[in-house]
Amino acid sequence: MIDIIISLLLLIGTFFTFSGSLGIIRFPDVYTRLHAATKAATLGVAGVLLGAFFYLLFDQGIVSGKLLIGIVFVLMTAPISGHMISRAAYNSGVQLTQHTKHDQLNQDTRRTTK
Amino acid sequence: MLQDFGADMLSVTVWISFIGISLSIILLVYRTIKGPTNADRAVALDSIGINMMALVGLQAINLATDQLNDIVLLIGILLFIGTIAIAKFLEKGVIIDRHNH
Repeated sequence: MIDIIISLLLLIGTFFTFSGSLGIIRFPDVYTRLHAATKAATLGVAGVLLGAFFYLLFDQGIVSGKLLIGIVFVLMTAPISGHMISRAAYNSGVQLTQHTKHDQLNQDTRRTTK
Repeated sequence: MLQDFGADMLSVTVWISFIGISLSIILLVYRTIKGPTNADRAVALDSIGINMMALVGLQAINLATDQLNDIVLLIGILLFIGTIAIAKFLEKGVIIDRHNH
């Protein structure tokens, strides 16, 4: 029974990791690729590490808190990394995709500097 | 009978996950090489590191050991520091700014 739960966690994690990579390949510019990179890949690695934690707990009898700390660390640091990369890209002048309809940050910065 | 099937199913699932995460790393290496701007390369390198964490977790299941749990944390911390350094370098051209405070 526990093997089925571990297998489901691993398959869900692999699915989300793979779909995140597919999004990084398919999306048109940096700001949309960051969605796939920071949301889907974080959920994927959380699933795989939770599966590893349950396997070590129920099959080997080892309580490994480092895997849980790893999940919490990824959940904390992935949004910070995404924010830093997107701010660096916007300030260094990376162009948005041509399908963009509205650039709120551009309007706000022009209003404050005027 | 059912126990044997369960163990086989877990082994097969671990190998399916190995193949899937390796394929996603190959896709990310393509984006790292081709990416139009440097920010694309930074995003792809960040995701390669996160996929490496998942790969080490899978290897811990495959070898049935707990010696690899430190490696997961180590890759996470080095990945965070590296991504912040790359982002600051892309923004300003310097990583440690000494004269701006």
